[in-house]
Amino acid sequence: MQKFEYVSPTTKEQAVALLGENWGDVEVLAGGTDLLSLMKDYITTPRRVVNLKGIAALSGVRYSASGLRLGALATFDDVLSNTAVRRNYPAIWAAVEGVTSPQIRAMGTVGGDLCQRPRCWYYRAGYGLLAKDETGHALVPDGDNRYHAILGHNSGAYFVNPSSLAPALIALAAKIGVYGPKGARQVDAAEFFRAPGGDGEREYQLSPNEIVTEVLVPAPGGMKNATYEVRQREALDWPLASASVALKLTGRNVGAARIALGHVAPVPWRAGAAESALVGKAVTEQTAAAAAEAALADAKPLSRNAYKVQLARVAVKRAILAAAG
Amino acid sequence: MKRLLDVLREDCRLTGTKEGCGEGECGACSVIVDGEVVNSCLIPVCQVEGSSVTTVEGLALNDQLSPLQRAFLEYGAAQCGICTPGMLMSAHALLLRRPHPIRNQILEAIAGNLCRCTGYTKILDAIAAVSSGNINKPDQSE
Ligand SMILES: Cc1cc2nc3c(=O)[nH]c(=O)nc-3n(C[C@H](O)[C@H](O)[C@H](O)COP(=O)(O)OP(=O)(O)OC[C@H]3O[C@@H](n4cnc5c(N)ncnc54)[C@H](O)[C@@H]3O)c2cc1C
Ligand code: FES
Ligand code: FES
Repeated sequence: MQKFEYVSPTTKEQAVALLGENWGDVEVLAGGTDLLSLMKDYITTPRRVVNLKGIAALSGVRYSASGLRLGALATFDDVLSNTAVRRNYPAIWAAVEGVTSPQIRAMGTVGGDLCQRPRCWYYRAGYGLLAKDETGHALVPDGDNRYHAILGHNSGAYFVNPSSLAPALIALAAKIGVYGPKGARQVDAAEFFRAPGGDGEREYQLSPNEIVTEVLVPAPGGMKNATYEVRQREALDWPLASASVALKLTGRNVGAARIALGHVAPVPWRAGAAESALVGKAVTEQTAAAAAEAALADAKPLSRNAYKVQLARVAVKRAILAAAG
Repeated sequence: MKRLLDVLREDCRLTGTKEGCGEGECGACSVIVDGEVVNSCLIPVCQVEGSSVTTVEGLALNDQLSPLQRAFLEYGAAQCGICTPGMLMSAHALLLRRPHPIRNQILEAIAGNLCRCTGYTKILDAIAAVSSGNINKPDQSE
C-alpha cells in the first residue's frame, strides 16, 4: 500500500475541510470494508485518508413520527437491531440482512454501502471503471461478463451498482443528506447514482469535497414494502439480482408503486414500466408477473449473462407479492 | 500503512491470526474488537487506537485451552487449520453473547468464515458440544 497521511476529525466541518478538489487525491474512510481492499490493490492511491469514525454526529439509527434517520456511520448491525426498521421498513431490513457475514455487518456502514465502488473484476484488476485495454477496446462485452449489467449499459459502463441498500431506499423515496464546503443539501436516493463517463468520475452525485451524512426515509404512511434477493451463495457474496418494492394499496388495488432493481445496471434501476403496469390493479400472481415482464422488457443481456434477466424477473415478482402479502 | 492484521502478526508476533484473502471474504483474520468480531485485514491499525483486541491467543487461560478449543480438537473440527483461529473467534463471540445457541444461530455466526476442508459439520458439532457441556475436562483431553 502507498503511504498516506491519516487524519481523524471529530466534526463534519473539519472532515470536509480536509477533502480534496479531485477524486482519488483524498479518500474518506468509514468501516474500511471496501476502501482497504481498493488501497491494497492500488486501485486508489490517496495522499490522505480522512477517518469519519470519530464524528459522533454521523452515527445512530432514529425512528420518529416523521420517519427514519440512518446516520452515515450506522453499521448494518445497528440497522438490523432496530425493531422499528424491522416493523416499518422490511424492504430495508431484508436488504441489510442479506449481507450475511457478521464481520461485514459489524464493520460496514450505511454511507459506505451507498458509496462502495463497483465489484467488476476488470475494474478491480486495474482496467478502470469502463474496463478498457490500452488500445481503448472495451473488455466486458466479449469478456467474462457473467455478473455484469443487463440494463442501462449503453453509456459504456458495464459494471453493476453493488449497493443492496440503494434499491430499498429508492423504493421508499428516501433522501440522502450530503455535507460539503457550501453546507448541507439533500438528494433524492433515486437521483444519487449515475453512470460515470470515465475514471475521473464517480458513480454517485457527490463532489470530491462532499460526504454523505445521513439517509432520511419518510414515514411509511401505509406504504407496504419488501425486498427480494437472488443469490448464488448465501454468505460472503453480493446478490445476482434484487428488487425492492413499495406499494400503497387503495382497497385491493395498487394506488401507487415504486420499484427498484439492484445489481442489474450501473445504477440502481428504477423500473417505471413495472410501476405503471401495476397501478390500478389488484396484486395477484398474474399482475406481479406482468409487472416483472415490463421491468425487464428493455433488458440487453451481454454474451454470458442472459440468465440474469430471468433472475431479475423473479426478484421483481416475488418482491411485489411479498410487499402486498 | 499497517493493517491491524500486520501489526498482530509482525509486530506483536501473534501469528495465530491468519491472512487468507485480505479482502473480507474468508474470515481467517477474524479477531474481536470491543466485543465484536471483525476482519483484521480491513482495519488500519490507527482506527483501533484505545480499543480492546482479542486474538485466538487470548482464548487459553493459564496454558489451558478453552472449552471451545478443546471441543475443536476432540471433534476433529480442524483439518488444514487455516480457518480455525478465525472460526474460533466467531464461535467464541457467539457463545459470549448466547451460551446456548440453536444450530441456525451457530450457522449464522460462522457465515463470515470460510472453510475449504471440513465441510463445516464437525465445526458445528464442536460448537454445539460446548454449549451443551458435552466435552471432556482438560485433564482428560489429549
Ligand atoms: C465479503 C463481502 C460481502 C459483501 N456483500 C455485500 C452485499 O451483499 N450487499 C452490499 O450492499 N454490500 C456488500 N458488501 C459490501 C459492503 O457492504 C461495503 O463494503 C460496506 O457497506 C462499505 O461500508 P464501509 O463503511 O466499510 O465503507 P468504506 O470501505 O470505509 O468506504 C467505501 C467507499 O465509500 C466511501 N465512503 C464511505 N463512507 C462515506 C461517506 N459517509 N461519505 C462519502 N463517501 C463515503 C469511501 O471513501 C470508499 O470509497 C460486501 C463486502 C464484503 C467484503
Ligand atoms: S484475510 Fe481477512 S477476511 Fe480473508
Ligand atoms: S480446516 Fe482447512 S480451511 Fe478449514
